[in-house]
Amino acid sequence: MSAFDAAAGAGPSWDRQPTAGHAAGGLVSKRIIVGYGFWIFLLSDIIMFSAFFATYAVLAGATAGGPGGRELFDLHNVAIETACLLLSSFTCGIASIGARARRGSWFYGAMAATLILGAGFLFLEVREFAGLVARGAGPTRSAFLSAFFTLVGCHGLHVTAGLLWLLTMMAQVFAKGYRADILRRILCFGLFWHTLDIIWVALFTVVYLMGAGQ
Amino acid sequence: MLGKLSWAAIPLDQPIPLFAAALVGAALFAVLAWVTLMGWLPYLWREWITSVDHKRIGIMYVLLAMVMLLRGFTDAIMMRSQQALAFRSEGYLPPDHYDQIFSAHGTLMIFFVAMPFVIGLMNFVMPLQLGIRDVAFPTLNSVSFWLTATGALLVNISLVVGEFARTGWLPYPPLSELTYSPGVGVDYYLWALQISGVGTLLTGINFVTTVLKIHAPGMTYMRMPMFCWTTLASNLLIVAAFPILTATLAMLLLDRYLGFHFFSNEAGGNVMMFMNLIWAWGHPEVYILILPAFGIFSEVISTFSRKPLFGYRSMVMATMAICLLAFTVWLHHFFTMGAGADVNAIFGIASMIIAVPTGVKVFNWLFTMYGGRIVYSTAILWSMGFMVTFVIGGMTGVLLAVPPADFLLHNSLFLVAHFHNVIIAGVLFGAFAGYNYWFPKAFGFRLHEGLGKASFWCWIIGFYVAFMPLYVLGLMGMTRRMQHYDVAAWHPWLLIAAGGAAIILLGIILQIAQLAVSIRHREALRDTTGDPWDGRSLEWATASPPPAFNFAVLPRVEGEDAYWRIKQRARQRAGLAEEPAYTAIEMPRNSPTGFICAFFATFMGFALIWHIWWMVAVAALGAYATFVVFAWRDRVEYMIPADVVARIDRANRSARSEALARMQVAS
Repeated sequence: MSAFDAAAGAGPSWDRQPTAGHAAGGLVSKRIIVGYGFWIFLLSDIIMFSAFFATYAVLAGATAGGPGGRELFDLHNVAIETACLLLSSFTCGIASIGARARRGSWFYGAMAATLILGAGFLFLEVREFAGLVARGAGPTRSAFLSAFFTLVGCHGLHVTAGLLWLLTMMAQVFAKGYRADILRRILCFGLFWHTLDIIWVALFTVVYLMGAGQ
Repeated sequence: MLGKLSWAAIPLDQPIPLFAAALVGAALFAVLAWVTLMGWLPYLWREWITSVDHKRIGIMYVLLAMVMLLRGFTDAIMMRSQQALAFRSEGYLPPDHYDQIFSAHGTLMIFFVAMPFVIGLMNFVMPLQLGIRDVAFPTLNSVSFWLTATGALLVNISLVVGEFARTGWLPYPPLSELTYSPGVGVDYYLWALQISGVGTLLTGINFVTTVLKIHAPGMTYMRMPMFCWTTLASNLLIVAAFPILTATLAMLLLDRYLGFHFFSNEAGGNVMMFMNLIWAWGHPEVYILILPAFGIFSEVISTFSRKPLFGYRSMVMATMAICLLAFTVWLHHFFTMGAGADVNAIFGIASMIIAVPTGVKVFNWLFTMYGGRIVYSTAILWSMGFMVTFVIGGMTGVLLAVPPADFLLHNSLFLVAHFHNVIIAGVLFGAFAGYNYWFPKAFGFRLHEGLGKASFWCWIIGFYVAFMPLYVLGLMGMTRRMQHYDVAAWHPWLLIAAGGAAIILLGIILQIAQLAVSIRHREALRDTTGDPWDGRSLEWATASPPPAFNFAVLPRVEGEDAYWRIKQRARQRAGLAEEPAYTAIEMPRNSPTGFICAFFATFMGFALIWHIWWMVAVAALGAYATFVVFAWRDRVEYMIPADVVARIDRANRSARSEALARMQVAS
């Protein structure tokens, strides 16, 4: 019987289940190790974003005679995007609690809400991008627009990957139940989703608010 | 259907790459055929390719590094011979080919020799030194290795299908932009590095988590062996620096594939931003490589001086100081950018400051040896050769850190001599010291000392003969990467340098001979106790080679030099500690996830290079499916029964008891 099986039926003690095996020598729980490692990954992801942010800051004025942020950004659209994403973080939090309490209706419901809000965010972003390209303000127009599309698009790609992950987690809970390793993955998914929110807050401020105000 | 790929991609008109590719292909085929005929394929698949054991993954990393070293060194020999011949002539390598060779040489040596060598040694040694059974994420470790192998494979495919970059080991724009490099060479470079870079980042995450979170009981941070500290520092740097490389290369890819304007000369692109970004990764990378080597020297010098490491705490401080300062000096790679005297002065001073903790380390090693009973093994010879040679390289580095001097020496052979001086004498000597030192732990028998020493002397003499002339040439004004030249005064120095490369070649041949002779005489060189060097840290507390679970019972650590203390106690009481109560051990099951994932990554990289979009989609889907299948596994661990653990451990205990008894009789 592995640590997972032992933990699966054991109620809320799963998060304190120490591993009997190879990794920790029984000193640190597997949940701590996985969460910690995923935090390190998220920090590295934030560093990657910071490289894109720095690039954007350098190139923000390099419009090459083309349109700048003031002409292009529609803060109304961005406000709805922000609302979608922040709300999706809330529903994602509920999904984590639902999984922890093993309440299927809460978990699936909240995950589905997160999915809809995330997809809504993506829809708005893709519409914005398509509109810009149609106006001749695509990424090849100027260095500023290259940096804009890359920074915002990188966040959008993360959201897309997040949605794929979300669906995979729903399917996995459906197929396997609230196993300890699956609960750890839900923990990581939650961390990932909230991190995308933090990055969006920086992005919203640096790109859209400061860009539209110039 | 096949994008840009056609028969024209095979360089049928160029005999040298074609011949080289045929040779590599024939060797590969021979190895595969041999393995298949001997019926070893199932064994290799079960025990190595799908292995998630950190020791086996570490060994495979080192093997990859050694094979790639041969390839990278072949490039080096070609460059040295070309420059020896190309005085007032074209030499034998056309400029187009010569440019690919120096680019491939640098790329291979940094990313597919130095990196896998140090990561392999960290992989093998660090969990053993911490007294634990595996790294934090064993399957991820296997994914990391196979993605690194994918990168190496792509670079080598470029030898025969298409071409490699002609831009140097860092693809500076605008040369690397589509306008000036329309071929697939830069794309090979970029995708090989993006894929292997993911592997390296995952290693960084894995190892940081392991060192910070998983220890044997009592192994507090300030009791960790020095190598674990340098592993931690190096992997913190990987986590903090490699994302910058990924972002930078992604921007160059967007420029090349979708017409973005990050680094282009028009539409507001900024070329110098590439230099800033790439060196914001590139300078920490230097320390990612050298810090583990510093750790190896610390272990080797302390063991063979029969003394604890001098100034352990100051060594830890120096390591972590380098870890921080590594991010504050990147601009010294392009003082000539014209950032202004004030900016250059700040970075110049920062670059000199970073030499201080390194100096602290050198003195600590010297004081460790002072008053010690030094055993002149091969490993400590590499370490001593390092200390002398690396200090020279460090001082020429401090010289280059002075902006006015750098304006004169920038991009000259003086620079080439400097970084080879620190990378060969630092990283590579460290890797070889570690290879000689930990080989018996990995395979259960020592390497032949005589051939090892002979190889060391060839390497160090060859190094001086090959690279000291480059300092002179740099001062005489010769720039790097010249395919031919007509300055008569340079010619003799380049002839000497070529001779140096030949002496190094002799060193490499002796290393191969050392391995072959050692395998042949392995019974005579057998390490029966698991502690062939009278070591001090916990990797020597288990058998050689260690069992899959490393330690039958996790050792209890009561201070620095954990194993030394255990041995002291055994000597005092004239016997080992009492036999522990053995229990069953749970270990992670092997998984082909890493290999299959890399299989798809190889196709994805190749398809992206040649614009075969359907294959990109198929490979991406395959990689995703691989992870889902992995996530759906029900049994992730297996049990090693208590009686098996007991049998393995008792065999080792009896060998150690006999050794102890022999020692008691002798004294």
